[in-house]
Amino acid sequence: MNILVCVKQIPDPAGPQELNNDNTLKREGKLILDESDSYGVEIALQLRDTAGEGEVTLISMSPGEPSGLRTALAMGADKAIHVVDDTLHGADALSTAKVLAAAVQRAGDYTLVIAATESTDGYTGTVPAQLAEILGLPSVTFAKSIRVEGGKVHVDRQTEAGYDVVEADVPAVVTVTAGVVEPRYPSFKGIMAAKKKPLETLAVSDLGLDLSSWGQNIVSVEDAPSRAAGEKIEDDGEAYLKIVEFLEEQKVI
Amino acid sequence: MQFTPEHEIFRKTVREFVQKEIDPHIDTWEANGGFPAHELFRKMAAVGLLGLEYDPKWGGQGADHSFTVVFGEEIGRAGAGGVPMGISVQTDMATPALHRFGSDDLRERYLRPALAGNMVAAIAVTEPDAGSDVAGLRTRAVRDGDDWVVSGAKLYITNGVQADWLCLLARTSDEGGYHGMSQIVFPTDTPGFAVSRKLDKLGNRCSDTAELAFDECRVPVSNTIGEIGRGFQQQMWQFQSERMIGAYQAVGSMQRALDLTRTYLKERHAFGKPLIANQYVAFRLAELAAELDLLRQYNYTCCERYMGGEDTTRFATIAKLKAGRLMREISDACIQFHGGIGYMEETWTARFYRDSRLLSIGGGADEVMLRVLCGLDDFLP
Ligand SMILES: Cc1cc2nc3c(=O)[nH]c(=O)nc-3n(C[C@H](O)[C@H](O)[C@H](O)COP(=O)(O)OP(=O)(O)OC[C@H]3O[C@@H](n4cnc5c(N)ncnc54)[C@H](O)[C@@H]3O)c2cc1C
Ligand SMILES: Cc1cc2nc3c(=O)[nH]c(=O)nc-3n(C[C@H](O)[C@H](O)[C@H](O)COP(=O)(O)OP(=O)(O)OC[C@H]3O[C@@H](n4cnc5c(N)ncnc54)[C@H](O)[C@@H]3O)c2cc1C
Repeated sequence: MNILVCVKQIPDPAGPQELNNDNTLKREGKLILDESDSYGVEIALQLRDTAGEGEVTLISMSPGEPSGLRTALAMGADKAIHVVDDTLHGADALSTAKVLAAAVQRAGDYTLVIAATESTDGYTGTVPAQLAEILGLPSVTFAKSIRVEGGKVHVDRQTEAGYDVVEADVPAVVTVTAGVVEPRYPSFKGIMAAKKKPLETLAVSDLGLDLSSWGQNIVSVEDAPSRAAGEKIEDDGEAYLKIVEFLEEQKVI
Repeated sequence: MQFTPEHEIFRKTVREFVQKEIDPHIDTWEANGGFPAHELFRKMAAVGLLGLEYDPKWGGQGADHSFTVVFGEEIGRAGAGGVPMGISVQTDMATPALHRFGSDDLRERYLRPALAGNMVAAIAVTEPDAGSDVAGLRTRAVRDGDDWVVSGAKLYITNGVQADWLCLLARTSDEGGYHGMSQIVFPTDTPGFAVSRKLDKLGNRCSDTAELAFDECRVPVSNTIGEIGRGFQQQMWQFQSERMIGAYQAVGSMQRALDLTRTYLKERHAFGKPLIANQYVAFRLAELAAELDLLRQYNYTCCERYMGGEDTTRFATIAKLKAGRLMREISDACIQFHGGIGYMEETWTARFYRDSRLLSIGGGADEVMLRVLCGLDDFLP
């Protein structure tokens, strides 16, 4: 079973985040594999290993070195496609989805395209659904587990109340929620083996795309308003009632 | 030294392993006076973290020494000194001689399971009356047919309570001094062997340390590692790995301490400004960071020379000496600049202060390092 996994390479969220003059995020430094995507990689590896055949191919669009892709290859993915092109600077979610879709179409036969529910840096959570639309494939979101059987993908789809059991024809685009599996550590042998795995670097022209009319213009960026002070409840022995009331209002309980 | 992208991914693997599999349990392990070595080592083996430089034939990873440097620095960042110590006894202190000098049969039966995390190893050299002066050791292995009959005692043995086998240094002839010792793989289920005491310590409390007793224990002569009678020399060689990994770990541990201290001093205010705004405090930390960088770069040079096939005795000796000394300075500065809260058990500084004291004693005391250097540099009468 061949699986494609879209993985985003992002600036380390632990480090300082800075903006360029055009208000885009600075991505010049070392990029890492978005942790959100490590769950999708893990699930893909498990599906491949359960199937006992097939390949896991990574697809990423980002500037710079494929350092995050190397991490996912070291975890056990078989090969990677890296789309690098200066014209993609400032690409919005739809352009990103178009680029990823073009890369998917070059990647040969596949059963699933896996992505994360949302990325850590942009977190619009919109790329995968747009990708499915462009590819004309079913889109299943918020998966907590994935099984492929009898030409269908069976997904336990997380909801607020529990989970839905969803079925779709394959190929399909499925997004995986963070935390649903324990991503493996890249082992020493995995790290060394990754050095020899195929890693294809493509430009927009290789994908046959014309980006001249795309892109977004970020007009301005403002700090999020600082959090307003909360309500203080003096405890007169019955403060817990007020808290219960508040939680009920919020429909938490 | 030039680290590759592979080193960086490996560093991240080890760092995350420490953060997820070690740090959350440290408080419990400190309270218990030991960590579950079999369980932890099996997890490490699954990620290829045991026996980095060993031959894949025996379950090693076939890595070069530069990965050991990264490994050491990262496990050194754990929230207590005891776990990295227990780990490196397994990887770099009790097993190098077996890997290099041991017979195929011994490596199959003891090295392979150790590298798979199925057996815990310990290094048993020190005795009640022989620590710095290894030549003074008295534990004897007397030959009886195809067996050694071992009697004596060992003291301060890390992993000693949990170990499945010991790399034991014992006297196998009456020659005395540096002669007539042998290294023997000693299985701890041998009749006559006992853990006589689990020792209570100032620091490194999450590592178990034991006193061991041997009462006419029979082990096959074929358990001898390498040549009979060459045990002292083989152990002196094995000490080099011990001292190098000790110095690598110290760098990680001190870097973490300086980072945590920096963060605290930016936040803590006194006299209307953050503590770090006091030039005395900032200068002191900057200088310690500089010293740490010298040690780190010295380690890297040591690593390059080692990989180039040079004898790195001098490097290992100096790195171990300076690392031990710097640990004492840095842990003292960290607790000092934290003030009262630094002295509290709830703050990391208290444990770090206790743990950091060991490096100048274990693996050869500072004065023993200086003795070695006097010999190498001819500062002798
Ligand atoms: C308000 C706003 C501000 C923005 N600011 C910036 C900015 O400052 N700098 C800048 O560069 N961009 C900026 N963008 C653009 C945005 O980050 C990109 O369009 C991005 O590609 C959109 O994806 P996301 O990160 O929101 O993806 P999501 O839809 O949250 O991603 C979900 C999943 O889709 C997959 N995926 C998404 N992107 C990629 C990719 N590139 N490669 C492989 N897989 C991927 C991954 O599996 C990911 O986890 C901004 C967008 C918005 C809406
Ligand atoms: C927590 C811990 C774990 C340990 N783990 C192990 C282990 O796993 N395996 C093992 O075999 N051993 C282990 N040891 C033992 C350790 O290696 C010895 O404690 C160390 O070598 C010092 O030996 P000693 O304690 O006998 O001190 P002594 O030899 O009695 O020396 C005491 C002090 O005298 C000074 N001194 C010694 N010689 C000289 C000299 N020539 N000139 C000037 N001053 C000198 C030094 O300051 C030294 O610290 C461990 C020790 C500790 C504390």
